[in-house]
Amino acid sequence: MRELDFAELGLREINSQLNSADAASEEKHWTINRPMGQHAIACGLQSPLDVQIKGHVGFYCGGMNQQASITVHGHAGVGVAENMMSGEVRVTGNASQAAGATAHGGLLVIEGDASSRCGISMKGVDIVVGGSVGHMSAFMAQRGNLVVCGDAGEALGDSIYEARLYVRGSVESLGADCVEKELTAEHIEALTELLRRAGIDHAASEFKRYGSARTLYNFDIDHADAY
Amino acid sequence: MASDTPRTTPRASATFDAYTLSEIRRAASTGIYDIRGGGAKRKVPHFDDLLFLGASMSRYPLEGYRETCGTDVLLGTRFAKKPLQLKIPITIAGMSFGSLSAQAKEALGRGANTAGTSTTTGDGGMTPEERGHSELLVYQYLPSRYGMNPDDLRKADAIEVVVGQGAKPGGGGMLLGQKISDRVAQMRSLPKGIDQRSACRHPDWTGPDDLEIKILELREITNWEKPVFIKVGGARPYYDTALSVKAGADVIVLDGMQGGTAATQEVFIENVGQPTLACIRPAVQALQELGMHRKVQLVVSGGIRNGADVAKALALGADAVSIGSAALVALGDNDPHWEEEYQKLGSTAGSYDDWHEGQDPAGITTQIPELAARLDPEVAGRRLSNYLKVMTLEAQTIARACGKSHVHNLEPDDLCALTVEAAAMAGVPLAGTSWVPGQS
Repeated sequence: MRELDFAELGLREINSQLNSADAASEEKHWTINRPMGQHAIACGLQSPLDVQIKGHVGFYCGGMNQQASITVHGHAGVGVAENMMSGEVRVTGNASQAAGATAHGGLLVIEGDASSRCGISMKGVDIVVGGSVGHMSAFMAQRGNLVVCGDAGEALGDSIYEARLYVRGSVESLGADCVEKELTAEHIEALTELLRRAGIDHAASEFKRYGSARTLYNFDIDHADAY
Repeated sequence: MASDTPRTTPRASATFDAYTLSEIRRAASTGIYDIRGGGAKRKVPHFDDLLFLGASMSRYPLEGYRETCGTDVLLGTRFAKKPLQLKIPITIAGMSFGSLSAQAKEALGRGANTAGTSTTTGDGGMTPEERGHSELLVYQYLPSRYGMNPDDLRKADAIEVVVGQGAKPGGGGMLLGQKISDRVAQMRSLPKGIDQRSACRHPDWTGPDDLEIKILELREITNWEKPVFIKVGGARPYYDTALSVKAGADVIVLDGMQGGTAATQEVFIENVGQPTLACIRPAVQALQELGMHRKVQLVVSGGIRNGADVAKALALGADAVSIGSAALVALGDNDPHWEEEYQKLGSTAGSYDDWHEGQDPAGITTQIPELAARLDPEVAGRRLSNYLKVMTLEAQTIARACGKSHVHNLEPDDLCALTVEAAAMAGVPLAGTSWVPGQS
């Protein structure tokens, strides 16, 4: 295992070393100490590395991740795992706004709460939040699954496309074109698997499912008040 | 009234003119705002309202075709390890696969290659064909992030963070269901056939402080190699430019209201934003006050049509210009050859702007294979490179006449304005006077 001290090496050196550890590299396990809440740590990784970050991180940690497994032992700033393509990012604390924004794939686990716009414009990622999410979460969410084990703030799933939303607690309000949908056996099975992968212990049957009513997919003047 | 009583001639209203009346009737009938492509069509002060003074007693010209007049441009010299090296000061603006056919995107790449300049992706991501046919490709990073992936980011030669565009500052893109083919839907992770609305704000940053961090992330992911452009619509050019510098831009792309769009509401295109001419001087002023003129390059777009427009934009302080609508015309858009088919669509060659409907007879703004096949990418690419080279020669001709050994040596002192409005906007004297409205 390689240990890097962020306070000593700085962002450019840390990311250079992580990015130079390609698939052929023997060193798969990395620990970053003293991240000091700095931005863009471990972004753009392309190899199946295991990266443990021991402390809080700023914006865009794990951004555009491909294949790597990144764990933040602390809280994460705005846009954690934004546009992730594959791999896994886990935050043991809370996450700020826009967690998992536009992410195409992989698994994002936030063990605490996530702030507003969690999963905004998500395009295929799976996001599991152990706590609650703030307002406008899953705004314009296109594909993937957002699982909220706590409560959801106002306007959940506003202008949603084909993403699936699961909420265990209360929903303050649903956004435009977002409706509650039946939780079928197929959904329970998929959700159970997702919770298992996230390492979060809840029964899938305790969740409600939400998704698109698909009434805004093509413009209709009689829906103008919803735009 | 007796039949022989003289009658006044029927008088049309200047306020309720024929176009306005037709739009009221259309809106009342359909219940939807008018959507179209292109930029502002209203008459606004433009480069035609400026003239070059040329050389005479006080300065001497360069010999045409014999004395060198440079046209090369380096974009991205501030932070990027690999700035973009262009042979000409004209680039191809961002236009998406989706709004344009694959053949049109290929033709743009071919034309730009031959002329020695760059082309740009658009909403929806980068296609392999586009990368393959463009030696210098700028990758747009848009609010929707459709098709956005780090592999393409690394394949690009530069990154353009799109904050806004001239046709719709403050608005997001549109691609209506008719053009969401299987491939376009797959690239954008959306169902086929829906009316696709792009977000108008980026999902994970708000304001220049956040953007500075976003650009840091983009640079880290691309090893600080790629120049990072910031594209803004012509809204508040002085502040937008200053804040773009603050956010860490290598290059600022400033798009005036004549800049085109694939599809936007007519009311938006014609009523939001400022003319290109009005945007350049405030932007240059901001760069000069920050000590960043020529260090952060300025690319101007919106209504650039010929070498004179290029030369005037450069004389006002731009480092390069970008063309979109004019490039499409060079490929064959709105060509009278297709007049009969334009008529069937309720339009006419030169006015056709229903690009969002995807029925383009010229095969450019369509996803219908039979129509797209009408455009030969090699022939169209050759036409574009011809056009780019003519524009460059025209700009050189003017620069030599002003005694300049490089087009970047053109300056506001080489210009005068024909109207008070243009003089005020461009910050150059009204012709025949030393009066610069607003300054003296």
